[in-house]
Amino acid sequence: MAQAKHDHQEVPSDLALRVKALESVLVEKGLVDPAALDALIDTFEHKVGPRNGARVVARAWTDPAYRQRLLADGGSAIRELGYGGTHGENLVVVENTRHVHNLVVCTLCSCYPWSVLGLPPVWYKSAPYRSRAVIDPRGVLREFGLDLAEDVEVRVWDSTAELRYLVLPERPAATEKLTEDQLAALVTRDAMIGVAKVSP
Amino acid sequence: MNGVHDMGGMHGMGPVEYEDNEPVFHARWEARTFALNCLMRAWKRWNLDRSRHAIERIPAAEYLRMSYYEKWFVGLVGLLLESGLVSRAEIESGAPRAEAAKATPPTTAEQAVATLGRVGSPRRDASVAPQFHRGQPVRARNLNPAGHTRLPRYARGRLGTIDRDHGVFVFPDTHAHFLGEKPQHVYSVRFAARELWGESASPRDAVYVDLWDDYLEPA
Repeated sequence: MAQAKHDHQEVPSDLALRVKALESVLVEKGLVDPAALDALIDTFEHKVGPRNGARVVARAWTDPAYRQRLLADGGSAIRELGYGGTHGENLVVVENTRHVHNLVVCTLCSCYPWSVLGLPPVWYKSAPYRSRAVIDPRGVLREFGLDLAEDVEVRVWDSTAELRYLVLPERPAATEKLTEDQLAALVTRDAMIGVAKVSP
Repeated sequence: MNGVHDMGGMHGMGPVEYEDNEPVFHARWEARTFALNCLMRAWKRWNLDRSRHAIERIPAAEYLRMSYYEKWFVGLVGLLLESGLVSRAEIESGAPRAEAAKATPPTTAEQAVATLGRVGSPRRDASVAPQFHRGQPVRARNLNPAGHTRLPRYARGRLGTIDRDHGVFVFPDTHAHFLGEKPQHVYSVRFAARELWGESASPRDAVYVDLWDDYLEPA
């Protein structure tokens, strides 16, 4: 896995101006409310992100009944914690164990569980990840520093429909004394996509 | 369509590039493009499937060159033009034509936050009978439509097993072309890695693909 080059986005210099011009027209015509644009951006920059998913995971680790509900119907279970928005999220939660490792991708575009992870990182949306995750998941995981044993089954979930996938990572050893909040602090975005494990 | 967007299993795309402490947006124009895409859909002149297809129709070489939100911008401009909400002259000048009446935006700031920018749900309550059941062996059909589809090329013609039934959803192949919702069941179909990629793949591994009734046949 390479570090992203600083100039990884080769954007024509006038693109910012073209977006600005488009927004001006749409606002002037009354087609979009600039306050709604600001509010939506603020929501995804500051309120919705991987901390939501981390709270879901920590709850599942500490409350066996919640874990059952989460695995049976992810959308309803995250709603209990206030996540998913008014339209709900068709969320499927897949659980990692000693014998099964799950990895999420969207080979056709960039589908991602916004309500629990926020917007996806550039690498998740990139051609290298989208092309390779299904044909060489173990190679991709090795680049992320995760070398899985041969006896572990890798399950790749390609988000081709309107279901969104969240990985429930394995709870690390020796964390019995941690509180739910302390556990949530250990859970990373990458672990909930399935390209990393949670470290104690 | 057999476009370059359908890239599962391709080689030659380079290494995965990871950015530490990546910001949600890398520039203001990205954030504005994201929010404009979400909120303009509330006019219901197009749907999510149509907006995906707008991006898929970007010529392959351009698709691979463009950054993510540049594709979103180009897709949105295409949708605005084909829907007639905005003219090319307006987009180029940044100003509405003089006689244009002012509309009322369909989404308030409060609604945008509550819905996370989404317009409705693609799930349908329609009582449509499932064509397949859990554990059933199936084959993904060998379909090559020139329009929008969510059946990836790497799964076509391959044998799999129904892992679970997710319920009823609108069908992208018709929905993206304004030919109706054609609600039907969507399943997670488990394909053994070796069925997809041959003997070099791990005998344990599998890829799960979410597929609609119309993409499948009994095996």
